[in-house]
Amino acid sequence: MATFAPLNLFINKNKFRVMNNYELMVILTPVLSEEEFKAAQKKYTDFLSENGGKVTHSNPWGLKSLAYPIQKKTTALYWVLEYSAPSDFNEKLKVQFLRDDQILRHMITSLDKYAVEYNAKKRSGVQTGNEKAAEA
Amino acid sequence: MAKSNEIKYLTAIKQEKTKKKFCRFKKYGIRYIDYKDVEFLKKFINEQGKLLPRRLTGNSLKYQRKVSDAVKKARQMALLPYVTDLFK
Repeated sequence: MATFAPLNLFINKNKFRVMNNYELMVILTPVLSEEEFKAAQKKYTDFLSENGGKVTHSNPWGLKSLAYPIQKKTTALYWVLEYSAPSDFNEKLKVQFLRDDQILRHMITSLDKYAVEYNAKKRSGVQTGNEKAAEA
Repeated sequence: MAKSNEIKYLTAIKQEKTKKKFCRFKKYGIRYIDYKDVEFLKKFINEQGKLLPRRLTGNSLKYQRKVSDAVKKARQMALLPYVTDLFK
């Protein structure tokens, strides 16, 4: 039996692709209408699910003023998406973003377990612990 | 010869001890610094938008590095400015 154990591991690895947690932040042009903004969100969440990813939380911030102008625009639409996906997905996603001229800027952050915990706490409105440090 | 109680300033006056600095992340058990939380990150930058040194904030090296990463991410996403004046 013992000789089969490594073989089993190998099979399992192929069967279940390892999913990692990521956070995506996208800055879109402010000229988009509400529907277009939603359509763009849907486009990328669909693209995510096609590639075997899963949305944890989607948070459209909406129109926000930028700290400095990007492509001569002083305001922009922000969208934050938390998701888990296989590790080869992000490269595909980046290609899509670079082709899309609605998108001014994007950033993908990989989340460690503390980050996932923090985001979950923040979403449910529980204190994250950072408030105390802010006072100090 | 002056009496010992009349001699006042030959030795340095004892000043109030400065408060010992501490790493707020270690003290409060914070493990993740969010780049989206701009108000929080503002505590670690001066009014020109520059990062404050560890000497002033008291952060441990581990968390200072995380703070700087978070600030740099926030700058990339135009949440914080790269350079300004009279920020805050």
